[in-house]
Amino acid sequence: MDKVRSAYEAVSEIKDGMTIGIGGWGPRRKPMALIRELLRSPVKDLTVVAYGGADVGLLCAAGKVKRVIFAFVSLDFIPLEPYFRKARQSGAIEVSEIDEGMMLLGLRAAAWGVPYIPTKLGLGTDVVRLNPQIKMVDSPYDNKEWLAMPALKLDVALIHASRADQRGLCQIDSPDLYMDDWFARAAETTIVSCDALVDTDYFHQGDNARSVFWERNVTQIVVPIAGGAHPSSCDPLYGFDMAHFKEYAASAAGDGIAPYLEKYVTAKNEQEYQSLVGGIDGILALPLPVY
Amino acid sequence: MTQQDYSLAELMTVAAAEAFRGNGEVLATGIGLLPRLAASLAMKTFTPELMMTDSQSWMLSEPNNVSGRAVSDRQAQESWMGFSRIFDNVWSGKRHAMVGPTQIDAYGQTNISALGSDYQNPKVQMLGVRGFPGNSICHANSFFVPDHSRRVFVPGECDVVCSIGYNPKRLPRGYSLDEIDIRRVITNLCVMDWGGPNHQLRVLSLHPGVSLEEVQENTSFELAVVDDLAITAAPTPEQMAIMAILDPANSRAKQLKDNPAGDRRRLEESRNV
Repeated sequence: MDKVRSAYEAVSEIKDGMTIGIGGWGPRRKPMALIRELLRSPVKDLTVVAYGGADVGLLCAAGKVKRVIFAFVSLDFIPLEPYFRKARQSGAIEVSEIDEGMMLLGLRAAAWGVPYIPTKLGLGTDVVRLNPQIKMVDSPYDNKEWLAMPALKLDVALIHASRADQRGLCQIDSPDLYMDDWFARAAETTIVSCDALVDTDYFHQGDNARSVFWERNVTQIVVPIAGGAHPSSCDPLYGFDMAHFKEYAASAAGDGIAPYLEKYVTAKNEQEYQSLVGGIDGILALPLPVY
Repeated sequence: MTQQDYSLAELMTVAAAEAFRGNGEVLATGIGLLPRLAASLAMKTFTPELMMTDSQSWMLSEPNNVSGRAVSDRQAQESWMGFSRIFDNVWSGKRHAMVGPTQIDAYGQTNISALGSDYQNPKVQMLGVRGFPGNSICHANSFFVPDHSRRVFVPGECDVVCSIGYNPKRLPRGYSLDEIDIRRVITNLCVMDWGGPNHQLRVLSLHPGVSLEEVQENTSFELAVVDDLAITAAPTPEQMAIMAILDPANSRAKQLKDNPAGDRRRLEESRNV
């Protein structure tokens, strides 16, 4: 029942051509330390499903991605993710662009073991024209046409939580869990990085169990990495690192991803990375954004 | 304060607030500072039953200020409303979103995804379709356009159609165009709706000093016009006071280039002196 692994061990579960889902939203609570580990691995030809931010941009820039299934890729305060943009404008990746809610339905269908969920989302738009794999269905109950959102089955889901125990109980303190519960449920293997590893007793205290949003049999691997969401946020522990995102975005306009990867990722471990961005104390001091 | 002492941003905000009048108990979502200020103004004045989020994950009984907030500031939370739960609520139709598309065509279809004729290799990758496809078929939507031009109001169809509009060729089987609910369009020149013949875009009011010719010249397709074409109503002193409270840092002054005056005639008068 000890599911604790290193980031290296966890990421070695991911093979060429797999479909991976990434939790979080834009610049918020992304499993970035796991993404950095993935960038160091030889894996390629991934299909990525995400409410995307720098996770998607970095994987595209590093040539890891064959296809992105997305509704947006954004850093919020920098609306257009620079490396995703580059990859799209150079035709380097295939895409399946769907509505935010369609992605949720696709994950639910995968989690529930059904081939599709009927919906009206996307009808009448280019989402239908540009995704020929998405079919229409007739309802047995009315005479309308419905969009059949196919299950988005994931080989692996990558998620960042506030806390977890070695058995895979995960807690999220952030005001929003986004669709992380559905990413976990839609995946064959769910890998959760967490800011803190706690004893199971922790969940017995007070109402701590109230903020466990999926069951431990849905989590296969736990990777404790304090500050592991940086440069994205892990509200309420730390906000996103605006200065770092600006440096990252500027690199896209300047010398490209190679110097960024050289400085922060390639041949660096997470401790070395953190020492370059102000250390764990610096990460924990990052202010929360005000919306 | 004279009647003329208001900015174009304030005039547009007040006009945008009107889009929410009488909407009832729906989630009012303004994307961008001025639409959010507009929805908040409507909630604080003539449509108090509107519902609103903190743009993150809580429903609020009172709208937050759109500027000048600190992390520690309290807010009037009434329920949790995480991203997935928003869908659970609004797929039933009880929402009115005001959004700012990059392209709008004669059918009321919009684009925020990508520009160019080759989707696989777009000239400009933008945000992605986000929630537009689902929003447009599930609930009411209005558009906020800070720069009324032919680049926004495009000929033909949008490069990527992100939201369903009044295009009979794209209407799914079994649906009627009357099920699509696109409300108002507030631009820096005028206020419009989709109430012309066959859901044609129609001018309802012109901002002070703007001519109908200028609006048509900056639109790539033919516009309808109401018989009793009005001048967009100036903000009242009460509305100005509430906007000042909701936006204490005056971020609304930074939303339009050079923060132009709300009444153009005033500018022209001063030039003629």
